[in-house]
Amino acid sequence: MTEGDASSLSGASRPRLPRGVRLKHDDIRNEWLLLAPERVLKTNAIAVEILKRCTGEKSLDAIVDDLASTFTAERSRVDNDVRALLTELATKRLVDL
Amino acid sequence: MNAADPSRPVGLLAELTHRCPLGCPYCSNPLELDPRQHELDTASWKRVFSEAAAVGILQLHLSGGEPASRRDLVELVAHGAKLGLYSNLITSGIGLTQMLVSKLAEAGLDHVQLSIQDSEPRSADHIAGYKGAFARKLEAASFVTEAGLPLTVNAVIHRANVRRAGAMVELAVRLGARRVEIAHTQYYGWGAKNRGLLMPSREEAEAAIGEVEALKTSLSGTIVIDHVAPDYHARYPKPCMSGWARRTLNVTPSGKVLPCHAAELIPGLEFWNVADHSLDEIWNHSPAFNAFRGDDWMREPCRSCSRKTIDFGGCRCQAFMLTGEARNADPVCHLSPHHHVVETILAEARDDTHPPQPYAYRRLRPSTAVRRERLDISAD
Repeated sequence: MTEGDASSLSGASRPRLPRGVRLKHDDIRNEWLLLAPERVLKTNAIAVEILKRCTGEKSLDAIVDDLASTFTAERSRVDNDVRALLTELATKRLVDL
Repeated sequence: MNAADPSRPVGLLAELTHRCPLGCPYCSNPLELDPRQHELDTASWKRVFSEAAAVGILQLHLSGGEPASRRDLVELVAHGAKLGLYSNLITSGIGLTQMLVSKLAEAGLDHVQLSIQDSEPRSADHIAGYKGAFARKLEAASFVTEAGLPLTVNAVIHRANVRRAGAMVELAVRLGARRVEIAHTQYYGWGAKNRGLLMPSREEAEAAIGEVEALKTSLSGTIVIDHVAPDYHARYPKPCMSGWARRTLNVTPSGKVLPCHAAELIPGLEFWNVADHSLDEIWNHSPAFNAFRGDDWMREPCRSCSRKTIDFGGCRCQAFMLTGEARNADPVCHLSPHHHVVETILAEARDDTHPPQPYAYRRLRPSTAVRRERLDISAD
């Protein structure tokens, strides 16, 4: 993935997990997992916070604003993290933009 | 990165039935198929799914045979969904009606994997041993996408379709699949029986691999291509099952629990049945699961090999089939002292002087019974 791909994402797009991709807390292993066709992906705390907000209702910009204020983080850094994760997952068709 | 807690299984392959209207000559089911009267009943499967969730299973693969041959399929899917299991229906598409697919979607099914035999209808029907199968599969794909379910297309590659590997990826895109599996034939069970008719030449296999790898790049973001390379042509063996009894287990229609679908071909392994033991007991204590766990069982060249944690010595079943001893290195590995066996098989695959022979189609029972079965399915 190049930086160009991530920065070309529109801030107005409304990312969502498509049917067939589920974020699940596994109580037995005590960890968050992203379940997808033939895939089980471990999901770190930052990714979980991003993916929980990918419901198709909020725009990418609104998600970044929300995360930056909730975690009192620098907006540009959050923006980079969100774009990098969503671009990577979209390439694998695990998120719809 | 994949979740890897080796003490707990991640996936359960539930072979709900061995009944199937198709006769694919590479079927992964064993040569000796379970008849309908030996199949677990609805209550038993539901108990197995509950035990699976408790032992840590995350993904439930509902397979067969053709799982739509089971009249309780919707009830089983609903039970899996109630348990929070990610459910994947692995189907031929034959027997899937629009009504059934919409009921499965409502019951909480997560994903559908549909097999295709070829991109060319006549060839596809010939490979499946079922006239009209191709057309019905296209229809089934539309039922799946119209119900809003994500679709994966699975295509098994062999001599009769190897030149159309790329065309099958393109067909998957047209059918609305988000993912496609291009899997070169694995030679177990029916595949081993038909090996001489299925094995492509090295040139054909390599051309197909190149074509599909190029599509991976050009179709990135459109469709995910999972590519299973032909292991006979490889330098190192595949990491079969990600290691014996490390991630998945397989329950046969009659309730026998196997570390992989082909494990029964290794003589001397003791398999336990869900009628006698819980899945937790079977996973942790059954002799078959512990037979090749870890690396204590390994011989040279695997024992001292730096790749033993990468490929686990390859496939135990293949080692047994081709060398007569399951603890040997998978002879696909160029370091195996038995590698010449694989080279001989490949050399035979290049020999086109043999007249074409008909496939030994995968069949449950003699032909009259099979015909009756087809009527059963189409009457649904």
